[in-house]
Amino acid sequence: MDLIKAVEREHMKENIPNFGPGDTIRVHVKVKEGNRERIQVFEGVVIKRNGGGLNETFTVRRISYGVGVERTFLLHSPRVDKIEVIRRGRVRRARLFYLRDRVGKAARVKEKR
Amino acid sequence: MAKGILGRKIGMTQIFDEEGQAIPVTVIEAKPNVVVQKKTVETDGYNAIQIGFEDIKEHKLIKPVLGHFKKIGVKPKKYLKEIRTENVEKYEVGQEIKVDIFKEGEKVDVVGTSKGKGFTGAIKRWNFSRGPMSHGSRYHRRPGSLGSTDPARVFKGRKLPGRMGGERVTIRNLEIVKVDPEKNMLLVKGSVPGPRKGLVLIKNDD
Repeated sequence: MDLIKAVEREHMKENIPNFGPGDTIRVHVKVKEGNRERIQVFEGVVIKRNGGGLNETFTVRRISYGVGVERTFLLHSPRVDKIEVIRRGRVRRARLFYLRDRVGKAARVKEKR
Repeated sequence: MAKGILGRKIGMTQIFDEEGQAIPVTVIEAKPNVVVQKKTVETDGYNAIQIGFEDIKEHKLIKPVLGHFKKIGVKPKKYLKEIRTENVEKYEVGQEIKVDIFKEGEKVDVVGTSKGKGFTGAIKRWNFSRGPMSHGSRYHRRPGSLGSTDPARVFKGRKLPGRMGGERVTIRNLEIVKVDPEKNMLLVKGSVPGPRKGLVLIKNDD
């Protein structure tokens, strides 16, 4: 078991900001187009964090041109360049799937004070 | 030149390659193996080396096996395995075999004992289809027809319920992702038969 942890530690990031469900974040993703690499930003509400260790993922939801888009990222993936926390949200559960059934004003998350 | 090493499966995880792709890997710990015996065509009729893995207490062995180790002066080993190879001369008795016999990117075969599933039905064991669960079918997970009535018997080899798993399984052409001689560790891409801590043989034949 310790060998697995040692393997994972090599690939883990150390400077990940503290964020959780309900927070609005900006994810900087490295995108490869042909042989050019650029950074794409995906901004939205975190609706879940899943798993632990090197396998940990998080899902961000945003409304893009009236369509709900959810993207799941591997937290420690080198393709996730940077994560910025924009707003802390006050929520009462770990999985915010109820946001999927809501539109407009109802889909807001209260800010934490 | 055929080469091989015995190790233990530690478990699975994933790592990232240079492009940021996550690769599933199995961690295998292979502490140094020892060449216990060399077999040649003249003496044994075939060429092979016998390797030993993991120390064992002397009193756990019977005397003939203990003598086998005493004769060459290596610590008694728990597991002995033969690897067929034509280049027997390249090995010395008592020589250690470490994970660094493999290079990153090399293809290997991994042999292990699959997880035992116990007595299982034909659906799990042979991928049979299930009967309808409703409409009064009363035929749910049974194996179906056993053959024609004419021979008045069931032919051997009929796929029926029985013990599944716990048998020798070889997975071929797995890629070595990483070799760490310090930790005696190999990372192999993909899954490997058997439970965690199970004994596996990693070999390749070229």
